[in-house]
Amino acid sequence: MHLVNLSVLSALVVSLKTKENIYSLLSEIPDPEIPVISIVELGVIRDVKFSNNKTIEVTITPTYSGCPAMKQMEDDVKKKLTDNGFENVKINTVYNPAWTTDWLSEDAKLKLQKYGIAPPEESTSDKSFLTGKTKNITCPRCKSTNTYLVSQFGSTACKALYKCNDCLEAFDYFKCI
Amino acid sequence: MTSQEALFNYSLRLGDTSIILAQRLCEWTGHGPFLEEDLALTNIALDIFGRGKALLEYAAKVEGKGRTEDDLAFFRTDREFFNTLITELPNGDYAKTIIRQAMIDCFDLAFYTALANSKDETLAGIAAKSIKEITYHKRHSFSWVNRFGNGTEESFNRLQQGLDEIWAFTGELFEMNETDEILIKEGIAVDLNLLKADWEKEINQLLTKANLVIPETLFMQKGSRKGLHTEHLSYILAEMQSLPRMHPNAKW
Repeated sequence: MHLVNLSVLSALVVSLKTKENIYSLLSEIPDPEIPVISIVELGVIRDVKFSNNKTIEVTITPTYSGCPAMKQMEDDVKKKLTDNGFENVKINTVYNPAWTTDWLSEDAKLKLQKYGIAPPEESTSDKSFLTGKTKNITCPRCKSTNTYLVSQFGSTACKALYKCNDCLEAFDYFKCI
Repeated sequence: MTSQEALFNYSLRLGDTSIILAQRLCEWTGHGPFLEEDLALTNIALDIFGRGKALLEYAAKVEGKGRTEDDLAFFRTDREFFNTLITELPNGDYAKTIIRQAMIDCFDLAFYTALANSKDETLAGIAAKSIKEITYHKRHSFSWVNRFGNGTEESFNRLQQGLDEIWAFTGELFEMNETDEILIKEGIAVDLNLLKADWEKEINQLLTKANLVIPETLFMQKGSRKGLHTEHLSYILAEMQSLPRMHPNAKW
């Protein structure tokens, strides 16, 4: 009895280690459009499953329905894992639960800001994004909050366009969804 | 009609409506009135295209005959498309594009919010994903209707003319047939009758705020549920399908 339990336990430890290993490999893949954050930090990797050490199913979710970077991300995931000895990598795309900016880590938000993209400043749960009453967005360059919305739609689907009244620079804002 | 056939028809109808609208909106790429609006409309088109792709992918899977979403988009003729007529109408000027978009956004937000509760998990997932996106689209189109309506005499006139041209195509948004009946019973489809009163109320408020007058016509153009279209669809398909039809196995 003890022996059986031990073997189950050791199999579990091995699989946990492999899963950790896969996540750390995936963490090396940059977002195709915002290369300072990884696809893991972005929150598009939803799950990693495997039947043995050679077969893996990676579940991903698009940030936006029409995100043109999804194909690139799929290819990058497949390449990264096959290059590291995993065969039969399968990508599974899910829409539910829908991706939200709430899944961006604090660390990722800081990286966005340093890169010149204002990170989302509110949680989607407070619903202010539904009414369009956004808080004052901080300029990622001069840190002024004296900024205004130029357009809800920016250079990519996930960004809005703002301008700073103080340093006069236009900047991207990672909008809340 | 079996449940499976109904589910295929339903997914196809929703997918076609999204794909054709996206194709229309994309015509504004590089032609928007100014850069920010050019980006806004093409971003919106991209969201709608993504939704259409997911829906056609699902339709192909439900059909189970080995067709893909590309086969459905590129190798069907106009009579085999079921997009609502309003989506295939020419863009006209920016005011007409915006007023049409406002009508559709208002309908879509209510529709996809309801569809997110569908018993069909895939449709519910695609719908849930779309809600937040359509929220942005609607805010955009509604704000422009307001600005055009309360802007100059020219902007108001163009908006009113756009409304006159598209109004007769709004009734069809709520049309249902056997497909809907079968799927409503199964808790999969949305009962469009339940959305109509709220849509009318909201559109009335929007139009009143923009000083617009609803055209006096009781006639509402229908046909798309049976695959009957305006002549405009054929031209869209000719452009959209020409490359894959000429080079069926082209890859890039």
